[in-house]
Amino acid sequence: MFKYFPHTEEDLQEMLKATGSKSVHDLFADIPEAARFKRDYELPEALSETDLRLFFEQLTALGNTQQLVCFAGAGCYDHYAPSVVQNLIQRSEFLTSYTPYQAEISQGTLHYIFEYQSMIAELTGMDIANASMYDGATATAEAAMMAWGNAKKANCVLVSETVDPKVRRVVETYAHFHGFPIKLVPAENGVLNRSALDKEIAEGGVAGLIVQQPNYFGIVEDYTGIADAIHEQKGIFVVNANPSDLAILKTPAEWGADVAVGEGQSLGIPMTFGGPGVGYMACTEKLMRKLPGRIVGQTLDNRGQRAFVLTLQAREQHIRRQKATSNICSNQSLMALYVTIYLSLMGKEGLREVAEMSYAGAHSLRDKLIATGKFKETFPGQPFFNEFCVDYEGDLDALLDECTANGYLAGVKVGEKTLMLAVTEQRSTEEIDELVEIIQEFKEEEAKV
Amino acid sequence: MNRTLYGNLIFELSKKGRKGYSLPQDYDRTHTTAELPAALRRKEAARLPECDELTVVRHYTNLSHNNFGVNDGFYPLGSCTMKYNPVINEEIAGMKAFAGLHPLQPAVTCQGALEVYYNLQESLAELAGLKEFTLNPCAGAHGELTGLMVIRAYHESRKDAARTKVLIPDSAHGTNPASAAVCGLEVVEVKSLADGTVDVEHLRELLNEMGSEVAAMMMTNPNTLGIFEPRVLEITELVHKAGGLMYYDGANLNALLGECRPGDMGFDVMHINLHKTFSTPHGGGGPGSGPVGVREGLEQFLPTPRVKKVVVNYDIPEDGPTEWEGFIVDWGTDSSLGSIGNFFGNFGVMLKAYAYILSLGSENIKKVGPLATLNANYIKESLKGEYLLPIKGLCKHEVVFDGLVDKTTGVTTMDVAKRLLDYGYHAPTIYFPLLFHESLMIEPTENESKETIDAFIAVMRKIAEEAKTDPELVKTAPHNTPIGRVDDVLAAKQPVTTYWKSLEV
Repeated sequence: MFKYFPHTEEDLQEMLKATGSKSVHDLFADIPEAARFKRDYELPEALSETDLRLFFEQLTALGNTQQLVCFAGAGCYDHYAPSVVQNLIQRSEFLTSYTPYQAEISQGTLHYIFEYQSMIAELTGMDIANASMYDGATATAEAAMMAWGNAKKANCVLVSETVDPKVRRVVETYAHFHGFPIKLVPAENGVLNRSALDKEIAEGGVAGLIVQQPNYFGIVEDYTGIADAIHEQKGIFVVNANPSDLAILKTPAEWGADVAVGEGQSLGIPMTFGGPGVGYMACTEKLMRKLPGRIVGQTLDNRGQRAFVLTLQAREQHIRRQKATSNICSNQSLMALYVTIYLSLMGKEGLREVAEMSYAGAHSLRDKLIATGKFKETFPGQPFFNEFCVDYEGDLDALLDECTANGYLAGVKVGEKTLMLAVTEQRSTEEIDELVEIIQEFKEEEAKV
Repeated sequence: MNRTLYGNLIFELSKKGRKGYSLPQDYDRTHTTAELPAALRRKEAARLPECDELTVVRHYTNLSHNNFGVNDGFYPLGSCTMKYNPVINEEIAGMKAFAGLHPLQPAVTCQGALEVYYNLQESLAELAGLKEFTLNPCAGAHGELTGLMVIRAYHESRKDAARTKVLIPDSAHGTNPASAAVCGLEVVEVKSLADGTVDVEHLRELLNEMGSEVAAMMMTNPNTLGIFEPRVLEITELVHKAGGLMYYDGANLNALLGECRPGDMGFDVMHINLHKTFSTPHGGGGPGSGPVGVREGLEQFLPTPRVKKVVVNYDIPEDGPTEWEGFIVDWGTDSSLGSIGNFFGNFGVMLKAYAYILSLGSENIKKVGPLATLNANYIKESLKGEYLLPIKGLCKHEVVFDGLVDKTTGVTTMDVAKRLLDYGYHAPTIYFPLLFHESLMIEPTENESKETIDAFIAVMRKIAEEAKTDPELVKTAPHNTPIGRVDDVLAAKQPVTTYWKSLEV
């Protein structure tokens, strides 16, 4: 037999006898002949554990998969996480359990989700957070649907052009099929154009506005006064914020947001080629019953002990079916645990230190790149956090290839001439200097030969 | 599992000045965040916990002791396919070479990762009998939504705007209608017969009445009662004739591995839950992965980005024409329905699923459905004396009972479920499907041995006996768990969802 199948020949015979069948295939006699699958799957034969390990080792060998020194961001960041985090989330009681329906034997999961919700509420300044979403993009799309669903009379949801285009595309896709228009509010010098926004708001019918902080280009925008303008129209103000930077930056609540969303990967989750990460979503108490997703609440058990349980389930699909606030069934639980343990270890000071180091590194790199004389600031004078854009005079693709050949992922190309670079606390001064040196010494003519 | 409640919150263990991390101190401090205008900075520091490392390690270790996973014991949770999550798959998914990949790094630097991605797409297509898969969806519900988007994009491409209705059997899981509503579709319920299968005559009436408005019909097969829909071929033909597409909810796919493929039954679009059928851990509710597959002719509607295999011809001045075969990420196609997530899905989960497929191989995957189905039928035959079996005949990978046979004791399905916790088992799915009042849905996967199942059967019989001899014992269960039954009403009436709020009450 196979290692994951415990059935011996004797077991099979006894069990078949109890079911009154001669062979296991008799158990499928109710499947119409024309629908039966009669050949073997065209898949490889079973690999032993040794061969399986070897197979994946070959795939990750040099030439197949290259570890680059990462200066790329654009929604996925190379942050440090204490070793403890990965170790604890691998505990099988967390890893191999289901959604915590049976509260009596799921206090572990329910308890950490309650802690997670508390931490997200504290970082964003909002009243209530859900138990997490798939990722930052879908959380933003859910916020757009929440705004649309909340509006009495509206004809659109506004999205700032400075929101990550990948996130915008997801919002547009959801909106298209759900059935409401998205209007893009243009940007100027890398930030939301306020007069264009005022014009849109003056036209009326705005269900909500979605902005990002720091925005796609890494710029920290000033959103003063926007919440009031949106609220006057009875619209909802949605701020998509990088939670890691909220150790320092003004919170969505302080901007007057009704809903805060974002991608939690920056809270120490490995990049893993873009997933799994975790989306977070938080809102004001007023909107609590319109929030999608799982929510854990505190209660008492029949022994008088403090206990935690899934609550406000009347919003959810398994009760409300097509009238639910969303089709979301579960959360991104294990990744929420990851974030919870990360934030427990980093704590109040650690997250600030991460932010300071990332800020310092990014600004140092910006200074050094400008000093090479090969770059100009794309958005002069705009404050940024740990990610920024520069314009390159020459062939940007050739430059990036040169960096890759030297083991550096020098950022993400966001325009024909524009390069966006991110720096986290993981990047040492030596790495920053080496990247600058590679760029400094790069001569296009030589590369072309 | 520990029977004693460990109840501290991490915030209650915090003490000012403690630290659980260490970061390098030798960095260039020329710039600090104090440069940012005050108007852009938060007024007060976030009140995150301040704890030393061991305190954090003990806290979460103790919390885990109040949790129950597949590794702790039998987890017969119906419709959830709680398989064993192989340890080797965790080792592979944790390989540093994968964990350190940025999703936007050049394709030539991550061919190994893209090969896994592409091969998993191809493997799922073969297992499903469909043309192509996208791995972008992050969960089953996300897959359903994506699949319905594909269907709408298909009708839109044909300028068939009237198709806004989706037919869903009344036995369907609640997610089906919820996904349809999010996708802007109107739900029309198809009735079930007394045996829980689709009422084909009712379907026929609906199609006669509104066939030209039907975008699709969603089906789970085996259905939520664990019964194979015997007239599935007729159903798919009827819906196709009316111009609609057939959507297969892969929630119950495990039963069919080796015996039957959705594509061969006439389905056009489907999702697979990698966290069910392909053994990736449920993780207390996620991360999952819900790949969506389509029949030939629909692949151009799949969401972007797509991972593709390509052959590129180019000239090297001295070597002459050269051919490069490899994998690329295609970020845009005009016909695509759009995008549904940050990047291209939960790659970490895909690694585990592909490792599982390679471990089993062609020869073992085909035994999955038969062994799971044998286990379920064995339980059905063994317990039908004590528990009410509303639908006779074969079941597939799961069996549904309608509570105890003896209804005079007042012991409910809820009580039986809670009493099972006392005996060290996870409860089955309860009060679903809605077709019966006392549903008790049991799904034993192919990984469970005869000994495990026999022990479970013995306990289920013992509980049936207790219901007669000492009903109070069952009604007040559980007794051996860290906490007793919780006050759901209190939680909902006065919601306390953060530590900060708990300080106010």
